[in-house]
Amino acid sequence: MNAVSLSPSAAGAVSGTDLLLWVAVPYVCLAVFVVGHVWRYRQDQFGWTTHTSQLLEHRWLRWGSPLFHLGAFMVIAGHVVGLAIPDSWTEAVGISEHAYHTTAVWAGSVAGVAMVAGLGMLCARRLLNRTVRLGTDRSDKLLFPLLSATVVLGITATAAHNVFGAGYDYRSTVSVWFRGLFVLQPQPEAIVGAPLLFQLHALTAFLLFAAWPFTRLVHVWSAPIGYLARPYLVYRRRAAPAAAPGRRRSASGSR
Amino acid sequence: MRVMAQIAMVMNLDKCIGCHTCSVTCKQTWTNRTGVEYAWFNNVETKPGVGYPRRYEDQEHWKGGWMLDRRGRLVLRSGGRVKRLLSLFSNPDLPSIEDYYEPVTYDYDNLVNAPAGKDMPVARPRSVLTGEPTAITWGANWEDGLGGAPENAGGDPNLTGEWAEKVKFEFEQTFLFHLPRLCEHCLNPACVSACPSGAMYKRVEDGIVLVDQDKCRGWRMCVTACPYKKVYVNHVTGKAEKCTFCFPRIEAGQPTVCSETCVGRLRYLGLLLYDADRVGEAASTPDEKDLLDAQRGVFLDPRDPDVIAAAREAGIPEDWLDAARRSPVYDLVMRYRVALPLHPEYRTLPMVWYVPPLSPVLDAVDAAGGNQDDPDHVFAAVTRLRIPLEYLAELFSAGDADVVAGVLMKLTALRSYMRERTLGEDGDEAVLKAVGLTAQEATDLHRLLAIAKYEDRYVVPAAHKEDAAALTAMEERCPVESSGEPAEAGGRRVMLGIPTLRRKTTGGHA
Repeated sequence: MNAVSLSPSAAGAVSGTDLLLWVAVPYVCLAVFVVGHVWRYRQDQFGWTTHTSQLLEHRWLRWGSPLFHLGAFMVIAGHVVGLAIPDSWTEAVGISEHAYHTTAVWAGSVAGVAMVAGLGMLCARRLLNRTVRLGTDRSDKLLFPLLSATVVLGITATAAHNVFGAGYDYRSTVSVWFRGLFVLQPQPEAIVGAPLLFQLHALTAFLLFAAWPFTRLVHVWSAPIGYLARPYLVYRRRAAPAAAPGRRRSASGSR
Repeated sequence: MRVMAQIAMVMNLDKCIGCHTCSVTCKQTWTNRTGVEYAWFNNVETKPGVGYPRRYEDQEHWKGGWMLDRRGRLVLRSGGRVKRLLSLFSNPDLPSIEDYYEPVTYDYDNLVNAPAGKDMPVARPRSVLTGEPTAITWGANWEDGLGGAPENAGGDPNLTGEWAEKVKFEFEQTFLFHLPRLCEHCLNPACVSACPSGAMYKRVEDGIVLVDQDKCRGWRMCVTACPYKKVYVNHVTGKAEKCTFCFPRIEAGQPTVCSETCVGRLRYLGLLLYDADRVGEAASTPDEKDLLDAQRGVFLDPRDPDVIAAAREAGIPEDWLDAARRSPVYDLVMRYRVALPLHPEYRTLPMVWYVPPLSPVLDAVDAAGGNQDDPDHVFAAVTRLRIPLEYLAELFSAGDADVVAGVLMKLTALRSYMRERTLGEDGDEAVLKAVGLTAQEATDLHRLLAIAKYEDRYVVPAAHKEDAAALTAMEERCPVESSGEPAEAGGRRVMLGIPTLRRKTTGGHA
């Protein structure tokens, strides 16, 4: 991977293991994420689904699914703010470090608890309800543990260091490393000193990104926002015969 | 005027004997796969009864179809677009598997592999969902022939109003008839309108409503929106599936499987031309009881020169226009007006219509001490039929008993007249005149309903020749297979998920 060669002069200060964990693994995961999605979208439209199991079990899902999804939206928004926006920017618009921290801990805790509770219920029904368990496919068996690990590590790190602990400013370490990956100036040294829980959370998150295109998580990209604007009635013609006269099949089925 | 053609169906309920051949052949053709064991694209219900899934007609509960809001606008009963997106995570109005039934298979292995013993080995039922032994407590037609009616039939959502008390009270004088149901391929399909992915669509050429299996993302809003509950979730593939009106057969000019195999010869297939521009207006008709006429107003006369010109302009081929003129569905729906839609009050403008059942009317005349040949006696008997007019009206005319009575009197007059003719008499044309039929029309209607020749029942024009290339390609692939490259070329055929675990658990146990 050319990513490794891109690592800056500071590479001398970090070990080979750190380079592997904080530069190579993230880039490989992101590459799998991108290529995997392109491959899946082109090759497996039929498998691209939420894979709903509400038909088989709805009592746990009634609470678990909305809790998980709404919590996840808030958590993702929090991560975007915390990871993508440098602390100098928030201070420039007049948000003090203390105010930011307080808001992040409170909002993050609410979102995190909702997401963990929801995911817990979804995992519980998957394990305890025999019908749902037998409908669990291989990709789910990878996704549920990986997602759970990421979420639990994340909320544990926050709880241990920022809610009950002395407070850890991840924006000057983890966030710097994360942004460095995307501007192609990896800074593995920024995360090397971070607490273990944050490091593990970051690693499982990248593994989750790598697994993403091969699981039901792809339904995230099909969020039907366009539905708000489209006409109610959809008419379609039978597969156009002239579209591909030389080929034996037209591109889209008319089912 | 935007002319579109629709392949539509009419069923003559008088002739349905409830043999379920349509359901079984449909299942063998379309839903004998894992994940849709519980799905019946075609089923036959006993009425009165709760139906399948249980009480599906109770739209206060299931929120299917359309309704008018306070300002008279047509809205989906399950809510607006924003509400629908907010309930993506958990759909509050989705039937669960208990509302259908737990599909089962049997331990057939045990019949041949059981060790020698003094008792006959039996094949015990096993849940297909859990692989474990289970008790069968419900099915797609649990109430066949009023089975369990004392406990269940009172749950029929159509039994409302004062007259319903009478039905229950005189249960020893009970009645039943069979109601075969399939997707209505509506002009104003609620399922299509509710699909967040835009995966469901109505075909321009023949009006068949289909689910694009590649575009469906499993948001399951279609199941809620369909008031007839004829869209099913495949719990293995995570996609919605529904009656396809056997489109590969229709395109080849053949009747659907349910029609082809109908033992009672009660199904009719034919084209109806309709004005797509008037669909929304008709569905928004303020009074539910006017919906029937509003829907008839959407249909176009295939002999009208203006309609023919507009249809040509819309690209409808000549052989289709000819088929529309010969359509038995047009005759039953528009010319003789003896067919009625199922639950027009759902405002989806359904396209599978029914000739309501005429219970043994001449027996009723005799029982009342009347003269079978006296039209007054015969017509009076219609109002005293075992099947209450009010009940039929709940099903077929949004509660308007006069509409149903009109159709039944027409059928009664036809029966009375043709009976006289068959017995060698002249036939009393006064009876016919009273219901607006001429002698020639009566003969034609009798031929259509009673003689019911294959070529009269099914007038299905093949898809047009210019599309032949595309259709050839379609024919070569399995309708439930993923679209795209030929399987033999790329080897990237996407198989339907067969959960081997489930299959394994069903065998090997004693």
